[in-house]
Amino acid sequence: MTDVSYQSQSIEGEARLGDYFALLKPRVMSLVVFTALVGLLAAPVSVNPVIAFASILFVAIGAGASGALNMWWDADIDAVMRRTSKRPIPAGKVTPDEAKALGIALSGMSVMMLALSANLLAAGLLAFTIFFYAVIYSMWLKRATPQNIVIGGAAGAFPPVIGWVIATGSMSVEAWLMFALIFMWTPPHFWALALFMKSDYDDAGVPMLTVTHGRPATRKHILAYTVLLFVLAIGTAFTAIAGPVYLLTAVVLNVLFLKGAVDIWRRDEAMAEADNYAVEKSFFKLSLLYLFLHFGAILIDAFLPAAWGIV
Amino acid sequence: MALKTEHELHTRRKGRNVGVGLLLGAFVALILALTVAKVTSGDFELPRMEEGQ
Repeated sequence: MTDVSYQSQSIEGEARLGDYFALLKPRVMSLVVFTALVGLLAAPVSVNPVIAFASILFVAIGAGASGALNMWWDADIDAVMRRTSKRPIPAGKVTPDEAKALGIALSGMSVMMLALSANLLAAGLLAFTIFFYAVIYSMWLKRATPQNIVIGGAAGAFPPVIGWVIATGSMSVEAWLMFALIFMWTPPHFWALALFMKSDYDDAGVPMLTVTHGRPATRKHILAYTVLLFVLAIGTAFTAIAGPVYLLTAVVLNVLFLKGAVDIWRRDEAMAEADNYAVEKSFFKLSLLYLFLHFGAILIDAFLPAAWGIV
Repeated sequence: MALKTEHELHTRRKGRNVGVGLLLGAFVALILALTVAKVTSGDFELPRMEEGQ
């Protein structure tokens, strides 16, 4: 038996297990786990806890696999952008081929295992999500159109639908409402980031809206999507997946989010430079809280009737 | 060049190897738990055997 990676000298910066884990984009995975879990628990069908745990784990592994494939494909632009230059491939700790192999292997394993633990529809949706993120978004849209994150945002919006399908075995309007929430939230979230990560996307040649249409146009787009998100999020409060906690959360957060978007729209680059993009940065932080609290509220409303002894 | 039983490579990669071992062990345990959960759930049915088999 031979060890093909054998080296007699110890290697500076040799990959540790944590570097392979970093390929799976743990922060994105945590959001996937949370939203998929909310989809699963908000569904009107109870699932065996072991089956639920295993299924959500396989969804998380599938999401991680698509992250590894994204890092393999985007290694060249990750090396240029300050935000991503310390990722395992540009840092020289993991080779692109290793990331590709890990991504493909985990994709296959996660889809197959989800089919066994839950159902074929959930596994098919996971396979489509991985394909959408790795191929449609990473390989095609990201470098081709400024609408990259609008359409690519769909990949991040699938997890609650998969969670719902794990529980029920079918899709419904409620699942697609959760999808729509994440889908509409993604553009303002990423465009705010693009505004204050000033030169990153320019340097990498990624056609973000800030690069192709300019910053004033990006500010208008953030406001337009936030208005649409406002209507969608408040409207969702009057559907079957929401309740009083969601309504209260949605009203407060959407007013704050809309105010943030209006503030961004009214500013120009000189004002933003003057306070080091304080408004854009606080809008970005609020966007993280926005999604977490909306889905947290859906979860609480799903359990409230049981807690009050209504069901 | 043949690798010795305790080569420097083994020491260097010990952390990674132990981690992979633990992950594989956890995966086996998860499959066992999943199997038990599936088999003991109410809607589990044994495959029907044809007569004479």
